[in-house]
Amino acid sequence: MATRIPLPLILLTIAVYIFLVGPLIIILGAAVSDTTYLTFPPQGFTLHWFQRIFEIGAFRRTIVTSLELACLATALALVIGIPAAYALNRYRIQLPTWLSTVFVLPILVPEIVLGFSLLKSVAVGAALPIFPTLLIGHTLLVLPYAVRVISASLASFDFSIEEAAISLGSPPAKTFFTIVLPNVRSGVIAAFILAFITSINDVSTSLFLTGPGVSTLPIQILAHVEQFFDPVIASVSVLLMLLTVAVMAIVERTLGLTFLTK
Amino acid sequence: MTQPLSVRNVTAHYGTTKVLEDLSLDVAEGELVSLLGASGCGKTTTLRLIAGFLEPSAGTITLGGRDLTRLPAYKRDIGLVFQNYALFPHLTVLENVAFGLKQRGIATADREKRARAMLERVGLAPLADRLPGALSGGQKQRVALARALVIEPPLLMFDEPLSNLDAKLRIDMRVEIRQLQRANRTTAVYVTHDQEEAFSISDRVAIMNAGRIMQFDTPETLYQRPANAFVARFVGFENLIPMQVVARDGETVNAETAGGAKLTLSRERFGDIPDAFIFAARADGLRVVPGTGEGIPATTGLRTYLGRAYQYHCDTAAGPIVANGPLSQPLEPGSAATLVPVPDQCCVLAAE
Repeated sequence: MATRIPLPLILLTIAVYIFLVGPLIIILGAAVSDTTYLTFPPQGFTLHWFQRIFEIGAFRRTIVTSLELACLATALALVIGIPAAYALNRYRIQLPTWLSTVFVLPILVPEIVLGFSLLKSVAVGAALPIFPTLLIGHTLLVLPYAVRVISASLASFDFSIEEAAISLGSPPAKTFFTIVLPNVRSGVIAAFILAFITSINDVSTSLFLTGPGVSTLPIQILAHVEQFFDPVIASVSVLLMLLTVAVMAIVERTLGLTFLTK
Repeated sequence: MTQPLSVRNVTAHYGTTKVLEDLSLDVAEGELVSLLGASGCGKTTTLRLIAGFLEPSAGTITLGGRDLTRLPAYKRDIGLVFQNYALFPHLTVLENVAFGLKQRGIATADREKRARAMLERVGLAPLADRLPGALSGGQKQRVALARALVIEPPLLMFDEPLSNLDAKLRIDMRVEIRQLQRANRTTAVYVTHDQEEAFSISDRVAIMNAGRIMQFDTPETLYQRPANAFVARFVGFENLIPMQVVARDGETVNAETAGGAKLTLSRERFGDIPDAFIFAARADGLRVVPGTGEGIPATTGLRTYLGRAYQYHCDTAAGPIVANGPLSQPLEPGSAATLVPVPDQCCVLAAE
């Protein structure tokens, strides 16, 4: 016999779904509207606004910049974050407790403050070009996520497994790649996705660090909205979502998206 | 293949805390030696030093003449079995067992054959393609054992290997471990806090406390002739009675407890007795006899039934003493009785 689900629960569930999916549907609708202004429900159907994105040079350039930035910042955050998370967990007893807090600090600093201080110190102070400055900013922004998520994965890893491998003749460095890493794979994938999404959607930090000739997609969207009210904004948002989904799909194909089901 | 292990004057620190003090331990070829003690006594530290996961601040460790002291852990060729099994969760049972052979550069076909043969020996051949997550605790420990044995290590070490298993399985597994160890004649070091486990399978046992070995001997000697008060308490001597020698003659020594109870001890049985000493006796080593006579005068208290005897919690001039009496003569609480030592089951120890 099937269990009866109470009506209020059904209604609440529907409401939550509308709340989650509604904005996406509105954006999707507005993106294909055959009007020169943003509107929902869409009037007519056209893919013109998607074509328009690529006719505007600033969008073309910022999409590439944002992708490059997100990929590099995520890669850097993993290269720094995986060893850091490993050391923090492996030597937890020997290390002072404040050390793990250091890696979370960038989350506590408002992103806008992070952006501004980087502008003052790195961009102006050290006179670094725009892209490297952005890369530093985004790496700092996503590193705490990488460290936390991989740490959570390593916290349930039994390090005697590593010792068992070493006792069987596997050198420590090799053991890290053949034994430790495969067992925290889900954490690494989760960290990758979180970091990538955080970077590609970031406005606050990038706002201060972008400059003449180099900008990111969210900043370009902001600049565009200030001047125009056409559905390009909606179509570029759809594109941004598709890009993110594409990255997740690639990561899933290559590494296995097991963390969502675990 | 099997080799003797020698730990010489090893001292170890965790940070500034000294956890092992000038520890020496010799394990003969093919011998199984247990390190026994409460948690924090240094037994696991000793094992980790031998395995190479810790470096001693002084002393040397040699295995069959080869100096291991500064050798990295992965070059030591020591088979390890861990308390929580430490199987590789992402590898199959067969891959787990073959892992050590792979590190030694043995070809795939050969190492699979050898791993399968080892799984056969521990009775797990049908589970070769499972992942460790699908095994029971006992099966996991068998895989861990097979994985450590298949590399034919000159030394095999166990770190509380049975403490996560239920009582019945623990007994089966320890017998199995002992049989495999004897069949291979592998030198073995076995760390445990369980006295019965240590005594039942070891050739010799080192009882440890506060980073030192208190006594290192066969289980029989430890059980019957503890060398000091710590070991006596550890192996279950309920009564440790401080005594003072009052008179000596050729054959016997007369001694007195704090409250004035007297005992006459034969020098033939107890050897040289120092002026101040501890008379150690299990409940079985003091026989409760009704009435007064030669021995420690006592008043019986609570009586419990042990199946083979009655046990009495007695009051004496020397303090409370636990002693056993025959089933034929149950005594009511408050009876006057005498506690007569059974010399074979008593020891004389140096005063603490």
